[in-house]
Amino acid sequence: MTSRPASEKTPEFASILYLDGVSVSFDGFKALNSLSLVIEPGEMRAIIGPNGAGKTTMMDVITGKTRPDEGEVFFKGNIDLTKHDEAYIANLGIGRKFQKPTVFESQTVFNNLELSLKGDKGIMTTLFAALGDADVARIMEVLEIIRLSERANWLAGNLSHGQKQWLEIGMLLMQDPDLLLVDEPVAGMTDAETEQTSDLLRKISENHSVVVVEHDMEFIRALDTKVTVLHEGSVLAEGSLDVVQNNQRVIDVYLGR
Amino acid sequence: MDFSSTKKGPFVSLVTGLPGGGKTFLGILLVAALLVPLSNLLVPESSFFHVPTYMVSLLGKYLSFALLALSVDLIWGYCGILSLGHGAFFALGGYAMGMYLMRQIGDRGVYGNPDLPDFMVFLNWTELPWYWTGFDMFPVAMTMVILVPGILAFIFGWFAFRARVTGVYLSIITQAMTYALMLAFFRNDMGFGGNNGLTDFKEILGFDLQSDGTRLGLFVCSVIALAFGYLISSFITQSKLGRVLIAIRDAESRTRFSGYRVEYYKLFVFVVSAVLAGIAGALYVPQVGIINPSEFSPAQSIEVVIWVAVGGRGTLWGAVLGAMLVNWGKSYFTGALPEAWLYMLGGLFVFTTLFLPKGIVGTSAIWIEKIKNRQTGPASTIPAYVKEE
Repeated sequence: MTSRPASEKTPEFASILYLDGVSVSFDGFKALNSLSLVIEPGEMRAIIGPNGAGKTTMMDVITGKTRPDEGEVFFKGNIDLTKHDEAYIANLGIGRKFQKPTVFESQTVFNNLELSLKGDKGIMTTLFAALGDADVARIMEVLEIIRLSERANWLAGNLSHGQKQWLEIGMLLMQDPDLLLVDEPVAGMTDAETEQTSDLLRKISENHSVVVVEHDMEFIRALDTKVTVLHEGSVLAEGSLDVVQNNQRVIDVYLGR
Repeated sequence: MDFSSTKKGPFVSLVTGLPGGGKTFLGILLVAALLVPLSNLLVPESSFFHVPTYMVSLLGKYLSFALLALSVDLIWGYCGILSLGHGAFFALGGYAMGMYLMRQIGDRGVYGNPDLPDFMVFLNWTELPWYWTGFDMFPVAMTMVILVPGILAFIFGWFAFRARVTGVYLSIITQAMTYALMLAFFRNDMGFGGNNGLTDFKEILGFDLQSDGTRLGLFVCSVIALAFGYLISSFITQSKLGRVLIAIRDAESRTRFSGYRVEYYKLFVFVVSAVLAGIAGALYVPQVGIINPSEFSPAQSIEVVIWVAVGGRGTLWGAVLGAMLVNWGKSYFTGALPEAWLYMLGGLFVFTTLFLPKGIVGTSAIWIEKIKNRQTGPASTIPAYVKEE
């Protein structure tokens, strides 16, 4: 898919993402309660949990939007993410897809991808930026991956809900991140679109680390990967989907006992 | 697929790179710059085609307002920053020019003091305040026209954008900024002429301000400044940076997570906009002959926003058109029906909001596309930002 060198698949650090004892509270409500989580390089991890389990807050902490009250967050072994802001972390190589598909609606699909191109995001560079042939080729490649080649000149706002989700995933790919955080990629999708999205994510996970937050159990099953269950801001269970689904504590939480 | 518009590099040409409407707009400006002086100087006064001198200055004033509207459109239409205090930058540019013009009066003031403007003599001041130093020199004053609004915008923006103040909260603090400046400039001991402001100007660069030639010169300068402001704004909005600004306007957090430092982008465009507004103010003052603290009043800044809304925000020449039309209406109706003007202005804003949400230019572009689509099927040619949401 992408032309990333094979050496990147076997990096020198043990974890791409390392959270230890992370706590965040808002007005006394503990959104994250001593959350610990380790994602290995190249791993795809699904994260599930009932509403309010802290899934989105966890993403906010990783991407620099929210500062944790306590705990450690490290990227690639030794980069302390709690010290940086969103833009810096994005340029470090962490891409984030929002729960509600968020694209630049009044610009074309092509320009959406162009704006997400990896590179210097400084003001003067951007003011005098010209698009090279390699950049166009890369955009075309991503358009192909997200099945939107035919829509390159469309305004993003005119895409269907599912296509917007793919476009946003495409925008993440343009950033060429080492880690993708994908929040509910199949919410509101048709069955066919859901299936295509799981194909897409499996393909991406071949050479990226991916964290997927999702509610849709069929989709998680299709991803066929390790699952972490969050509850009240900390990890409740971890393992394959079958193991997790048969865990008594998980059943209790989901059935509200 | 054709991506030439995106692939085009910088400085391909400032002018040939313009969209079609932009070339037309510059053409109209050029024609105005030629025709107005010619008809003022060469056509006999009895002729219908003669442009009287008062009209030249009036048009020059509209052009300076058009530049101010352009500066507001640059931040509001393209980056979603609704400044309700842009009159402050306009007025500061105007005061810098006014200070130069005051120093040009020399000993021809009422009190005949060669070193002090009349209002300072009246206040029994014995020497110029330190911050008037150098304003007798034109290059210094012109530098201040750019620096003072630019630096204020930088400081204001630095704090506001870094603290991530957005939307209506930002609008409110811009109002507070211009209001605070108005109160400050009303005070006599600020040294800017207090309530009366700066007036009774005689000369600019040695040319008599009352003469037809000087007035034509100022008019042509206004045309050039507007064309320059248009080219700068056009270059910015056509560049990748312009697309980042629109991205910030439409989805600020997405832009942040795409790796852009949103606060620096906002700061950049805010400072450029404030400098343009300052230049507009500097052109306004010699053509109307006075600058006083009422230019800082919040209502003035809100009026500018109405011009942009009427013309069409997010389209550069829409802002210019809006400023021209509304001000022409203001000149006409404040003469014909003075009591009715404020109601008409309010009514215009309500009408625009209800029936022309994209302004004259944006709405007509939508209509034109609808007619085109009826003939040839859908093909988007108009800028995305004027589309209906």
